[in-house]
Amino acid sequence: MRLELVKRPEMSRKMMLLSPVIAVGLTVITAGIVFALQGKDPLQGIYLFFLDPLSSLWGLEQLAIKATPLVLIALGLSFCYLSNNWNIGAEGQLTMGAIAGSILPVLAPEFDHWVVFPMVLLMAAAGGAAYATIPAALKVRFGTSEILTSLMLVYCATLFLDWLVRGPWRSPTGYNFPITVDFNSAAVLNSYDIGGVYLNFSTLAAVIAVLAFTVLLRMTLKGFEIRVIGQSPRAGAFAGFSARRMTLFTFALSGALAGLAGMMVVMAEIQKLQPSISPGYGFTAIIVAFLGRLNPLGILVAGIVIAISYLGGEAIQTTMQISSKVATVLQGMLLFYVLACDTLILYRIRLVGGRSSRETARA
Amino acid sequence: MTGMPGGDVTTTMSEGPKRRPAATGEMLLEARHVVKRFGDNVANDDVSLRLAPGEIHALLGENGAGKSTLVKILYGALQPNAGEIVWKGAPVVIESPAAARKLGIGMVFQHFSLFDALTVAENIALASPKGVSMAELSASIERVSAEYGLPLKADDRVADLPVGIRQRVEIVRCLLQSPDLIIMDEPTSVLTPQEADQLFITLRRLASEGCAILYISHRLEEVRELCDRATVMRRGRIVAETDPATETVASLARLMVGTEIAEVHRSLSDRGPPRLALVGLTLPSNDAFGVSLHDVDLEVCAGEIIAIAGVAGNGQGELFDAISGEKPAATDGAVIIDGHPVGYTGVNGRRRLGAAFVPEERLGHGAVPGMPLSDNVVLTRHSTKDGLVARGLMRFARASEIVGLITDRFDVRKGVADPEARALSGGNLQKFVVGREVDRVPGVLVVSQPTWGVDAGAAAVIRQSLIDLARAGSAVLVISQDLDEIFEIADRIAVISRGYLSAAEPAAAMTRERIGLLMAGGAEKRGEG
Repeated sequence: MRLELVKRPEMSRKMMLLSPVIAVGLTVITAGIVFALQGKDPLQGIYLFFLDPLSSLWGLEQLAIKATPLVLIALGLSFCYLSNNWNIGAEGQLTMGAIAGSILPVLAPEFDHWVVFPMVLLMAAAGGAAYATIPAALKVRFGTSEILTSLMLVYCATLFLDWLVRGPWRSPTGYNFPITVDFNSAAVLNSYDIGGVYLNFSTLAAVIAVLAFTVLLRMTLKGFEIRVIGQSPRAGAFAGFSARRMTLFTFALSGALAGLAGMMVVMAEIQKLQPSISPGYGFTAIIVAFLGRLNPLGILVAGIVIAISYLGGEAIQTTMQISSKVATVLQGMLLFYVLACDTLILYRIRLVGGRSSRETARA
Repeated sequence: MTGMPGGDVTTTMSEGPKRRPAATGEMLLEARHVVKRFGDNVANDDVSLRLAPGEIHALLGENGAGKSTLVKILYGALQPNAGEIVWKGAPVVIESPAAARKLGIGMVFQHFSLFDALTVAENIALASPKGVSMAELSASIERVSAEYGLPLKADDRVADLPVGIRQRVEIVRCLLQSPDLIIMDEPTSVLTPQEADQLFITLRRLASEGCAILYISHRLEEVRELCDRATVMRRGRIVAETDPATETVASLARLMVGTEIAEVHRSLSDRGPPRLALVGLTLPSNDAFGVSLHDVDLEVCAGEIIAIAGVAGNGQGELFDAISGEKPAATDGAVIIDGHPVGYTGVNGRRRLGAAFVPEERLGHGAVPGMPLSDNVVLTRHSTKDGLVARGLMRFARASEIVGLITDRFDVRKGVADPEARALSGGNLQKFVVGREVDRVPGVLVVSQPTWGVDAGAAAVIRQSLIDLARAGSAVLVISQDLDEIFEIADRIAVISRGYLSAAEPAAAMTRERIGLLMAGGAEKRGEG
């Protein structure tokens, strides 16, 4: 008896939906094994890791806060990846967007007017887009690898932020801490009570973005263009689509979303700039984008799953004294299982009894 | 550029031909009841084949009939699910191409597996055992190639060689192993008629020395001329074994297809005003191994089909890209569609002027493999007045409607209503890709290799549609390597050679010999030829 992979004539729609579910199931089982190996109760571990974050209003709130920037950034990245543009630098675009958006509240703190709010968001989006355009322009003009340039620009951006908050933008009243002045009320994202859960505007923005990206990708010519260029560049050129313009467009779009996401994290949570404003949302969003199989709705689900793993990691650390690094291990396992289960979309498994074909041929 | 076939070669380099002939009367190779399954698809169903030493044996069949599968099994690239192979009287398991070469089975591929940047000797050394000095190897290459009438210079760089000579390199590489059986997959598809004749002389000489040749070709005329026996496959089974000399081309085609093939009807053309014109089109290639176009002039008129003949790799791809607008021309007036200069206009602008294009490569250029047919309709028709896009939104119902129209008119066979392009067989996808453009009733249609790798039935449908389109007043330009096809449909014929295009001459006045001379470089001397 052995297993054989048999190629399907077409992609299986059923498996496209089922494969992430199988992957999550396998991850849960693996988590149980990991907990048991550490001498802890696997069932309690699984409960704390996967379900506890969902069991309290506070948990749901934290979930939304963590998932929102991941989903926003991953949406932009998905358009890049679908069109064969490998933007690895969302973390830098997030940082530059937050810096650009902070210009008004930091340099003109007395300008406290409702118009500041949209301007902050616009400038954040523009800043992120402009920063993302650098690797895109280098790729289009000189053929440089955007993977390297976008990644390296992350370090430039975070060091630039570090310099700003320690130097020219340091708050005169901040006791020499590397922070800027606190944002005025016009540049702050307020939370509202929605059924007991306090949510801010950014979560709504993420949900709207998911819907907008779904329509854009599936129903418009632009979305068609993105898919064609990604799957078959030569056919894209034959359809009259420009791969160069697409590189600039998708980089700018994903940079804008990363900048927006970074700014909203700042506006909602810390309300000033400091050396570190993101726990690596820009990098984790890459996992979210692929886990959601570059599909907007999938990214929404994947963003929530990854957010759960962050909270679950904290929960097992505080309750069961298991290192929260286990969360990183399980995130990696999840991605691994998703990629493995994707095989089932193009292949089906067949059990074959008796001798192998090779042996039959020899006989 | 693909890699080298097979792995390491463990045979020793020959010190000269030293064939160990099979005993008289014994078969050189017998495949007995070979079965090969891919999933649910049975590619070879109880296939038996017998090859005698010294015979030239044709293997005929349409695409998908199972020829390549059988050949790959004989060459060790695939393992059969059942059946056995007997070589010189003893059952053998051919585990790899290297093992096949060790037994004495050589193969010349349809798509060359040579590295452009290396010399002839270096390419051959890659497939040869270690420990032979380059000087020795070069000497034996030049000796063996001269001996068989396929002269080669060992230190020529492959990139500089015309396609016909590259094939010689493949053949000589094979001969150096002094094989008892050579498998040739469509060897003449890249040759001029004169080069093909030269190849036939070599093959007959090899056969007279006792080497068997398994010869795969779609060109039935040359099979009749060259081969001693022919085995015909259809849908994975052997359906006939025959002496091709006693058959006609039509009867061989019938055996392959299983039914009568519709004849293509051609009425006389009534030439109107020019609709597509190329005026001094010059396009330097920006690829080191590409072909530059030199001062190409051509006028395709309403009502006629012009065919551009030529051996692969002589600038056909570059010419297609220049006419379609995928590569802009140097001057706006170099390409003219219905009186509008379009040298700077992109592919969609040219489509809006009524032009349509079908590239050589169906999957990945003419169609996106992983997208359904309806999306592939949008691919080339989103900017023409087909109502496929309204205010940036795609109209899926309209796309499906067009898929239905193409399916009905061109008999596109598919399992589901809207399958992915890659799920269609080559012939059906080609019918779809041609149908997608013909359905628009374009004023100018440019088609590259309209029936490349397409079965005879589908080819007839496609050719007839091109003729009908031209007779209805469109200008049709066909780029093809298939001379039979060209003579079947073209009103005028031009020949492309190393980026030069000869003047288009009436098909009735053209002969194969003249086309062959033009292919061999005569087209480059404009005015004289």
